[in-house]
Amino acid sequence: MSARKLPGSLDGNRELQQWLSINPDGTVTVRPGKVEIGQGILTVLVQMVAEELDVSVDRIKLVRASTDVSPNEGITSGSRSIQESGIALRYAAAETRELLLARAAQRLGVSMEQLTVTDGVVRSNDGQRVAYWELADDEMLQREANGDSVPKPAPQHAIVGRSLQRIDIPLKVTGQPVYLQDMELPGMLHGRVVRPASPGARLAALDAREVEAMPGVRAVVVDGSFLGIVAEREDQAIRAQRRLARIAQWQAGKPLPEPDPRYLLRMASEDEVISEKADAAARARATRRMSAEYSRPHIAHASMAPSCAVAQYEQDGLRVWTHSQGIFPLRGDLARALGLEEARIVVTHAEGAGCYGHNGADDVALDAALLARAVPGMPVRVQWMREDEFAWEPYGSPMVVRMEAALDERGDIVGWSHELWSHGHSTRPGGKGGVNLLAAWHLEQPVAAAKPGNPPLPAGGSHRNAIPLYEFAEQKVVNHLVREAPLRASALRSLGGHANTFAIESFLDEIAATSGTDPVEFRLRYLKDARGRAVIEAVARAARWQPREQGDGTRGRGIGFCRYKNLGSYVAIIAEVAVAEEVRVTQAWAAVDVGQIINPDGVKNQIEGGMIQAASWTLKEQVRYDREQVTSRDWDSYPVLTFREAPLAHVQLIDRPDCPPVGAGEGAQGPMAAAIANAIYNAMGVRLRDMPFTRERLISAMV
Amino acid sequence: MSIDIHVNGRPCRVEAEPETPLLYVLRNDLKLKGTRFGCGLGQCGACTVIVDGAAVQSCDLPVSAVVGKRVTTIEALAENGRLHPLQQAFIDEQAAQCGYCATGIIMSAKALLDAHPEASDAEVREALAGNLCRCGTHARILRAIRRVASGEAQR
Repeated sequence: MSARKLPGSLDGNRELQQWLSINPDGTVTVRPGKVEIGQGILTVLVQMVAEELDVSVDRIKLVRASTDVSPNEGITSGSRSIQESGIALRYAAAETRELLLARAAQRLGVSMEQLTVTDGVVRSNDGQRVAYWELADDEMLQREANGDSVPKPAPQHAIVGRSLQRIDIPLKVTGQPVYLQDMELPGMLHGRVVRPASPGARLAALDAREVEAMPGVRAVVVDGSFLGIVAEREDQAIRAQRRLARIAQWQAGKPLPEPDPRYLLRMASEDEVISEKADAAARARATRRMSAEYSRPHIAHASMAPSCAVAQYEQDGLRVWTHSQGIFPLRGDLARALGLEEARIVVTHAEGAGCYGHNGADDVALDAALLARAVPGMPVRVQWMREDEFAWEPYGSPMVVRMEAALDERGDIVGWSHELWSHGHSTRPGGKGGVNLLAAWHLEQPVAAAKPGNPPLPAGGSHRNAIPLYEFAEQKVVNHLVREAPLRASALRSLGGHANTFAIESFLDEIAATSGTDPVEFRLRYLKDARGRAVIEAVARAARWQPREQGDGTRGRGIGFCRYKNLGSYVAIIAEVAVAEEVRVTQAWAAVDVGQIINPDGVKNQIEGGMIQAASWTLKEQVRYDREQVTSRDWDSYPVLTFREAPLAHVQLIDRPDCPPVGAGEGAQGPMAAAIANAIYNAMGVRLRDMPFTRERLISAMV
Repeated sequence: MSIDIHVNGRPCRVEAEPETPLLYVLRNDLKLKGTRFGCGLGQCGACTVIVDGAAVQSCDLPVSAVVGKRVTTIEALAENGRLHPLQQAFIDEQAAQCGYCATGIIMSAKALLDAHPEASDAEVREALAGNLCRCGTHARILRAIRRVASGEAQR
């Protein structure tokens, strides 16, 4: 008999005690498997548990995710944490409350209906009371969840739906040592890695003796093309790294492609029709066709903090501290890379800076383990330098999107075609048949990478949001997956959503312009989804959008919309630009529907952040490389949006307490990109289709 | 070698090579972790401290350069358990997502407001020209600093 499906991550972690403990001292321990990446998830989980248990948020103690104590919730990504962790904890807490009330009823000799709970104290109608901590024991939660307990209905919510302040912000603004980068263990040594001179390069010659002799150096590791040093002080490690980098000699690997993402069109691809709808009558009405091609380059995650990890080999195994989004998949890949049993590795999470997807966090964990292996018993901290992170992190894949439409004589869309080229959008640890950790590929006995993956539909990877939410009589969507990636590509916030939504929403405006139709009205013509229509109408109201409003030659506004993954958050954005020497986004409005809102300010924070980050991607960002190597290795050569350039952001939320809650983290990326492109066209009649919209691109588009 | 510096109102003796960037001395020798490593290249501002009243990036400043000067880090801002108005404003505006850039920005803002208590929005943006925020929290950060500059927050 197969096990019944339990809500969220309860399904894979079925014992209540994996998630919660009611403690004798009046506290409640909560063990999530999802991790904080600056999105505010830990605060949200505290709210959801406190609500269901009827305890004050102050009683809740969170245990940071660790493979030895936490439920396995896979990877914190995809804006899924509320649906997976939040829902699991909501049901686990609801069932825990029922178990406690059953015990209270027995203890007090009354029926459960006569009981109420306030901050963990159970009261009966006849004036008796008993606290949770008097009722609970170790055995109570040693049972499988049943998933039957009904969570509190939304109208009764007192904590969920409030903007509880983030529990971590006070620690951060006072400089408390809360980040992985701040970790110190007794006797800790400092490691640095010297990477190959270019992707695919192999070590040709190295006499490391002069580095071994440098002050403080405790070990130099040379394992095939993997080079690293361990030193007593961090500054000594950096000096040794620089010396080692100067004297190592490399044999170059394969040349890199040309910088234009259209190199994708010439590489071998796996081609799949992912959506097809035919309507001969509609096709017969077509009087003309339109087409346009859009693109984006490699984009760097470019975390504020380069990735860092600490590792220590002990007699019984290996301990690793990491800010990886997926401690369990990481453990699996570490085991295979190092030839250790998984059971002898413990991976513990501590917060890093915002990662926005798969950056160097997992790779540096293997680096630390390899260096720690050279000094058994000593903890080794490896901090990637800024150049290491820019040159070697996996990037958001370049993408090319070719759009075509068939229009009838009124300019209505009767046929729609979307064809995309991209690398796969996940090469995270946990891939089958290989190890997705950088150093593993450089060892004397390398462990090969897994085949690059692409998350499947309905959520999708490169094809995320390629299937339009709009309804067209005929449509065809084709995905050309180019698995071989000359520069490593992996998950970056919204995956294919950024480029696909950019293309769809830009193209809609281009089509609307041929009949002089207002962009908002044009979208509503094809969008039946009521919640989608609502956010579009709401943002138009908020921005005081005037039908067919015109820009004035330098200022203009444009709109973009998506339902993230066609399953998640609804986001509509209007951006206002001012074009002088370059494009500046002056302000932007968003209307957002995430279903039941757990923390309103948290949603706004994520959406504002997504809007401003997407503005940076769209206006400024591309990973630069020549035939040999990545050349954008610092903030000067990879500029991002600055405080001088940051727009004002106005975010409005539509709360739907009876709809399932979904994440807000990624919904703004695609709509913002399109809104900016559409605003530029509105301002000056110039259509930019290739991101980033640099000054050079603007000028050549005007000529 | 022994170097005498003055940090957060107290003299400290550290054992470090004179060219060691102040950032690593603060974090590793003095265990003051609030000053952060973001790039080591003087480009992102995560390592900002105040030296004799001026905001300075500590990652490309040798420790020998602060001998005889007064260094202030984020750890000195709260007094007797009371947060500095900038810190309180960041909490009130929830001006952080990952929060990694926050301490460097607070120090840049403090240096500005100590010299120009009623700095304008444009002056604040200029003062933060050397501070990056990757999460896109710019709007909230500016609102938080504006609260203090406008006198809305208590000094």
